[in-house]
Amino acid sequence: MATLKLTINNQPHTLDVDPDMPLLWAIRDVVGLTGTKFGCGIAQCGACTVHLNGTPTRSCSVPVSAVAGQKITTIEGIAKNGDHPVQKAWVAHQVPQCGYCQSGQIMSAVALLKQNPKPTDEDIDAAMQGNICRCGTYTRIRAAIHTASADLSGAPKSLKSTPKLGKR
Amino acid sequence: MSQNPTQPTLNRRHFLKAASLTGAAFALGLSSTDAAVQNLSIAPGAAPTPSFGLTPYIQIEPSGRITLLNPVPEIGQGTYQSLPALMAEELGVSLDQVTIRQTNGDAQYGPQTAGGSYSVRGQYKALRQVGASAREMLRQAASQQWNVPVGECEADRAVVTHKPTGRKLTYGQLAETAARLPVPKDPALKDPTTFRMLGKPTPRPDIPLKVTGKAQFGIDASVKGMVYASVERSPVIGGKLISYDASQATRLKGVQQVVRVERVLNKNRYEGVAVIADSYWAALQGRKALRIQWDTKGLDQFNSVDYEKKLRDLAQADGITGHNVGDFDKTFADAPTKVEAFYETPIVSHSTMEPMNALAHWQSQDKVEVWVSAQGPDLVKDELSRVLTIPKENITVHVLFNGGGFGRRLTQDYATEAALLAKATGKPVKLVWTREDDTTQGPFRPMTFSALRAGLSADGKAVAMQHKVISPSIDATMDAKYDKTKPDGTMLEGTGDQKYEIPNLNTRYVHADIQIPLTYWRSVTSSTLAFSHECFLDEMAHKAGQDPMAYRLSMLTKDSDTKRVLTKLREVSSWDKPLPAGWGRGVAQWEFFAGLAGQVVEVSKQADGSVKVEKVYCVIDLGTVVNPDAVKAQIEGSVAMALTAATKDGITFAHGQAVQTNFDTNRMLRINEMPAVEVHILAEGGPTIKGVGEPGLPPLAPALANAVFAATGKRIRRLPFDLAAV
Repeated sequence: MATLKLTINNQPHTLDVDPDMPLLWAIRDVVGLTGTKFGCGIAQCGACTVHLNGTPTRSCSVPVSAVAGQKITTIEGIAKNGDHPVQKAWVAHQVPQCGYCQSGQIMSAVALLKQNPKPTDEDIDAAMQGNICRCGTYTRIRAAIHTASADLSGAPKSLKSTPKLGKR
Repeated sequence: MSQNPTQPTLNRRHFLKAASLTGAAFALGLSSTDAAVQNLSIAPGAAPTPSFGLTPYIQIEPSGRITLLNPVPEIGQGTYQSLPALMAEELGVSLDQVTIRQTNGDAQYGPQTAGGSYSVRGQYKALRQVGASAREMLRQAASQQWNVPVGECEADRAVVTHKPTGRKLTYGQLAETAARLPVPKDPALKDPTTFRMLGKPTPRPDIPLKVTGKAQFGIDASVKGMVYASVERSPVIGGKLISYDASQATRLKGVQQVVRVERVLNKNRYEGVAVIADSYWAALQGRKALRIQWDTKGLDQFNSVDYEKKLRDLAQADGITGHNVGDFDKTFADAPTKVEAFYETPIVSHSTMEPMNALAHWQSQDKVEVWVSAQGPDLVKDELSRVLTIPKENITVHVLFNGGGFGRRLTQDYATEAALLAKATGKPVKLVWTREDDTTQGPFRPMTFSALRAGLSADGKAVAMQHKVISPSIDATMDAKYDKTKPDGTMLEGTGDQKYEIPNLNTRYVHADIQIPLTYWRSVTSSTLAFSHECFLDEMAHKAGQDPMAYRLSMLTKDSDTKRVLTKLREVSSWDKPLPAGWGRGVAQWEFFAGLAGQVVEVSKQADGSVKVEKVYCVIDLGTVVNPDAVKAQIEGSVAMALTAATKDGITFAHGQAVQTNFDTNRMLRINEMPAVEVHILAEGGPTIKGVGEPGLPPLAPALANAVFAATGKRIRRLPFDLAAV
C-alpha cells in the first residue's frame, strides 16, 4: 500500500491504496465518484474516460501511482451545474439511452472540442471511435458535438442549431 | 403553493385503508417521507389481488410533492419517461412537477418487467386510468370543499381551479380528502387531441442525470461495511470444481476470504470460487492468485466448427411442423420453378455496457436486501426466493438504472450469486463481473440455421414455401421440463406469421442439443430468422425476375399493416428512383410478437472492395405513439445492435470455451461505422398498440444482405459477414 496524493476536479485527495490499482477503481471505490464507469478493463470501450491534464485517458488502464500529483478531471468536474455546452447539447439532442457509456462519451467530446473547436464528421468519428455505445446513440453524439461546437464558439445562432426534438 | 398547516399526515395504516376502501384501483395516498412510500410497497399482506393497472402508483403529500411509481425498469428504452407520462398526462401534471420512483417488485404493482417490447402498449390504458382516477378524485374533493358542482372544477398543473370564482386548491391540499373518496370505476380519459405530452417528442427526465454522472446504476450502489467479490468460474461452462488452493490469494493485502459459490442459471447450477476483498481491485488480484482444478471432461470437446457441421447434417431430418397451410410437399413437387437455400447465423453476446453486478446484504432472520440493475424487480424477487428458499416478504429489492438490458437482465443469476455470497460471508457483498466473465459465461443468443425451399409458378408467383429451422433451443437450456416432441414456438418465431399470401406454407423445427446456456436477446429468434426468411424472399423475387419490393407487395393484395408499412417504405426510401452507380438497396420487413417494422438499407461499393452502409430507412407501425423521439432513438439503437450482430465477431467456441473474451475480440459497432437512420412512425390509431424496443432490429440484417446483393451480386447466406471483404 502507498499513500498517494491525487487532485481530482481541483480537490486534493490523499489515498492509501495499492499503487497498482487502476485509477478507475481509485476514483470509484476509494474517492467515491461513481460517474466514471467500468466497461472492459482493457481500454477498449472508453466508459472509464477521464481527463489527465486535459487529455482523455482510459482510467481502467492507468495505475493510480502513475498519476499522483497530476490534474484529473471526471464527469463530475467538467461543470459545476451540469451545464457544460457538451452536456447541454447532449440534453438537447436527447443522446443517452441507458446512459452507462455517456460519461465517457462526454469526456471524449469535451477533450475533442478543446483541441478542435470546429470538428468535421470525420474528426468526430476519429476522436470518438474509442467509445463504444451498445444502445447506438452515435448519430446523436455526432449531432450534439456539432451543436456544442457552435455553442462554444459563441455563434449567435447556436440555439437555433439545436434541432427540435424529433426533427432530426 | 400554499400549505395548510393543519393538514394531518396520514400514516401507513391510512394508506392501506385508502387502498382497500377504494377497491385498490390505486392509492391516492399521503406520505411525509420516502420511507412511507417504501413501507407501503413492501408491507406484507397489504397487497390486494394484484392485477394490471389496479395498483397504487400515485402518492401525493400535503406538501404538494407528487410521486409517480414507474413500474418498469429503465434499461435505456425510456420507460422512466413514457410510463410516468401516461399517468401524468391524465393527472394533469408535468414531469418536472413529479418525483419518479421505481417500483420494488411487490405483487401489488402487477408485472414489472421490461420485456417483449411490452411496457407502453401493455400499460397504455391502465396507467392513464390510474392518472384519470386520481384527477377525478381531486376534482371531487375540491367540489366538496367548495360545495360547488364538480363540473365547475378543473384540474391542471397540480391545481384544481373553481372556474366561476377562480378559487384554487393544490393537489397537496386536496389529497387527504381525495384519498377517502371512492375510486371512479371508469374515469373519463382525456381526448387525445388535448394531450400535452403523449404523442409528442418529450424530453426524458433521466437524461440530465445521465450527462452529469449522477444517474445511479446497479454498479454504483454502496452500503456501509460493503466488501467486494470477484468469482472465478470454469472457463468451460459447466466444468465441475475438483479443488482449489487459495493460499496465495489469501496472503494478498486486502483479500479477506475465499468461498465457493453457486451460480444458478435457470435449470443449471454452475460452481465458482469467490474472492472476497476490501476493494474490487484486491478481489481481482486474489482471483488471479487462485489455483483451481476443474473437471471439464467431455465438455471441452465442444467447438463451433463441429457444432455447425452437426446443424448442417441435421437439416436432413424432417423435424416437427410448427405452422402449416395447404400442402407444401405436393405444390413444391409440382412447381415449375424451385428455389432452395441454406442460411446460417451465429451465437452472439448481449454485452450490455454495464457488466453484470449486484450488491446484496444478508440480514438476520433470513432477510436479504439487494441493489441491482435488472429488467424486473419482480423477477429478482422471484428468483431470490426460489434460489435462497426464503419467502418473498423477506426480500427487499432496489432496481437502479440499468446500463443496458437487451434480454440479459431478465436472468437473475448474478443477483442470486451476490445474495449467496452475502449469506456465506455475513457481510454486504458487491459482486462485479469482469467484461471477460460477461462475454464468456453466457447466457447467449443462439444461432439458427435455416433450410428454405420455395416453389414458383410459371409467372413467378410464390405458390409454396417451407422454412425449416435447425437450432439449439433457448427454452431447452433453461427448463428441465422442455419437451422435444413439441414444436418450439420460440425457435420458429415469426416464420408462420408474415402476411405474404403464400397458399402453401410450412414451417418446421429440428432440435439440436447444446451444452451452452442460451437466453432471450433483443427481438429473440426474430433477430436471426428474419435474416434467412427475408433474404430468401429476395432470392425468390430475383428468380421470378421481379423487383424485390414489388414482389413482396404483389403477395400482399389484402389490406394489412404489413402492406401499409411496405407501401410507406417504398415512398419514403424513394425505392423506385435509381441510385448512384455502385450503390444498391435492399428491403425487408418482419412482424412478430413485439410488433412490425420494415427497412430499406442503402449500401455503396467502395474502391477498396469494401461495402459501406450509407443509410437506413425504417418504417415502424405502432398504431399509437407515446414519445416519437424515444421511438426514433430505439430504432437507431436497434440498427446499431443488428449491424453489430450481422457484421462483427459473434461468439465462437473452441475446446469448450468462448474464443472471444472482451471488446478487442468481440468487437462492437463504433461511431465511424454508424449509418444515417431515417425513421417514420405509423401512428394512425386503431385498437392495438405495437411495441417499440425490438421491431427495429430483425429487418436490418436481411435488408442489408439484400442491398449487398443488389450492389455486388454477392448473396450473403451466412452471418456474420465482413463488410470490408464482401
